[in-house]
Amino acid sequence: MQYLPNIIFLVALIAGVGYFIKNSRKIIRNINLGHKVDASDHKKERWSNVFRIALGQSKMVVRPVAGLLHIFVYVGFIIINIEVLEIIIDGIFGTHRIFAGLGVFYDILIASFEILALLVLIGVIVFWIRRNIIKIKRFWNPEMKSWPKNDANIILYFEMVLMSLFLIMNATDQQLQILGAAHYTEAGLFPVSSYLLPIFDGLSESTLILIERGAWWIHILGILTFLNYLYFSKHLHILLAFPNVYYGKIEPKGQFKNLESVTKEVKMMMDPNIDPFAAPPEGEEAPAKFGASDVTDLSRVQLLNAYTCTECGRCTSVCPANQTGKKLSPRKIMMDTRDRVEEIGKNIDKNGEFQLDDKQLLDNYITREELWACTTCNACVDACPVSIDPLSIIMEMRQYLVMEQSAAPNELNISMTNIENNGAPWPYNQMDRLNWKNE
Amino acid sequence: MSETLKVPTMAEYMAQGKQPEVLFWVGCAGSFDDRAKKITKAFVKLLNNAQVEFAVLGTEESCTGDPAKRAGNEFLFQMQAMTNIEVLNAYEVKKIVTACPHCFNTIKNEYPELGGNYEVMHHTQFLQALLSEGRIKVEGGKYKGKRITFHDPCYLGRANNEYEAPRNLLRKLEVELVEMKRCKAKGLCCGAGGAQMFKEPEAGDKDINVERTEDAIETKPSIVATGCPFCNTMVTDGVKSKNKEEDIEVLDIAEMIVNAEDL
Repeated sequence: MQYLPNIIFLVALIAGVGYFIKNSRKIIRNINLGHKVDASDHKKERWSNVFRIALGQSKMVVRPVAGLLHIFVYVGFIIINIEVLEIIIDGIFGTHRIFAGLGVFYDILIASFEILALLVLIGVIVFWIRRNIIKIKRFWNPEMKSWPKNDANIILYFEMVLMSLFLIMNATDQQLQILGAAHYTEAGLFPVSSYLLPIFDGLSESTLILIERGAWWIHILGILTFLNYLYFSKHLHILLAFPNVYYGKIEPKGQFKNLESVTKEVKMMMDPNIDPFAAPPEGEEAPAKFGASDVTDLSRVQLLNAYTCTECGRCTSVCPANQTGKKLSPRKIMMDTRDRVEEIGKNIDKNGEFQLDDKQLLDNYITREELWACTTCNACVDACPVSIDPLSIIMEMRQYLVMEQSAAPNELNISMTNIENNGAPWPYNQMDRLNWKNE
Repeated sequence: MSETLKVPTMAEYMAQGKQPEVLFWVGCAGSFDDRAKKITKAFVKLLNNAQVEFAVLGTEESCTGDPAKRAGNEFLFQMQAMTNIEVLNAYEVKKIVTACPHCFNTIKNEYPELGGNYEVMHHTQFLQALLSEGRIKVEGGKYKGKRITFHDPCYLGRANNEYEAPRNLLRKLEVELVEMKRCKAKGLCCGAGGAQMFKEPEAGDKDINVERTEDAIETKPSIVATGCPFCNTMVTDGVKSKNKEEDIEVLDIAEMIVNAEDL
């Protein structure tokens, strides 16, 4: 019976990590629904982006208040994980503060965890206030109702509770050390939780142990729960931001991809030696669909983008269309993409393979009105702290509308006809192009 | 003034068996839009004055395909691109300058993959180069000390990271350069990009060009400087909608240099 806690711990750990792995594989499968992208180029630039933008948070601090608070939470998240390692070892082997033998170094570790925990706590409280009391506009756009709104707050509550538990655990541990309780070896330096000591002053040893153990258990179970919450949440960015930045766009922002399938056709059209009536050679693939009407027409990077989006809304808050009351919101483009790919994933889970569901990303999620409001100004792309590119999805959906459906707004059709006929978007004769010289 | 402009074509150069040092890509707006034609002429004046051997394609020029591409018509874009590339390559063009950031971006970034490899410069970059080579003079003149704000064209700024060339020229004009609250990488679009120039905006509570013009008006400028014919149109319309056309001029940097020098 003395090993019961160890066994319970191990079972919880395996269950928690196992469920997380299971869902991670689903995410990978869903992302692989997109078409392959060759990103073997520019390795150096890609890694430098990972260091600068993801690890270095360079785009977060463009907005200094949110940026600085985010760095607290981010550094806290990374460093406090060392403590989680100790908790896991203690949990499996029934030890207590196994790293205590590190002496002064341990003191430094624990002290820094405590300071970071406090900073994280301050960070998430201010984040909560910004969202719910100050009501910063970008957190209250129409796409931020119901689940996205609750999701954001749940994450903050999680972090508040986890950090508080960590500090309570340390405070009671410290009190137990003072009382000289068995197993509670003197170790650690507690610059933050020592301020909590008065709360626990006068409590009996057994009560203190109960609180300390309780906090320890809820803390680690909370972490395992949080780990599994990620899959259902916008909070996946804490893992996916890194690969997402790696695969982010390297070319100048103004450079839009040239569709290869179109290049082939245009070359054929311009080649005078080609027989227009020739049958396509045996075994040739059917011409690809132009543009995107559903998430399966998008690339794996675009789907990774959708899973990485943490719905901060910096893109939407700089979008000229959104700023002037149009329906377009780049954040919604990403959220819709994720929702649709999740829907397809669930369909596959249920049926073994995808069964047609009479739905698609276009119209069922993203309306044409949204797509046509974009000025392709790249403000959203520039604003994203984790290199998400909503514009590429908008462009590919426009390509589908124009090239597969001939469904451009009429004024655009007129301009395009002009370009086709006289080489300018306006109805002027190409032969008059140099008239300005003599006017 | 127009009678003094020298605007040779590539065909004329070819006939003489010569190559100009640069091709001036005029663009559709620069060729046909009444307001933009003034910018074209101002730039040509500067080229003439600096004795730059340049040529235009004239009637052999055609839309780069930018609005078609950004409207989603990749087919039309690539048709335009490949036709233009055939013409440019036939003339063995190496270097291109244009006063339109959309043409600039498209030729610079999207043509290479389709077989068009050129050194492409925006006219503000080109003017800056002329300045540093001592081929043109840019001095205060009539703009000295005037409050001027610069509107970053998206396809020059964010799209291609060029924020300094136009500002350096403005500083040379000894103006009091005041930045809008949204500038450089954070600059707000004028509302014309992505083929919006050629269609009505979607329903909303404001036009983008009005929103942007309000940014500009906040800086209390006497001139809003631009480097794009479409931004110029949009901001000019914005200024008119605010009944400020008496107080605020919207000018391209090339025009300002010409005016300052009284060319």
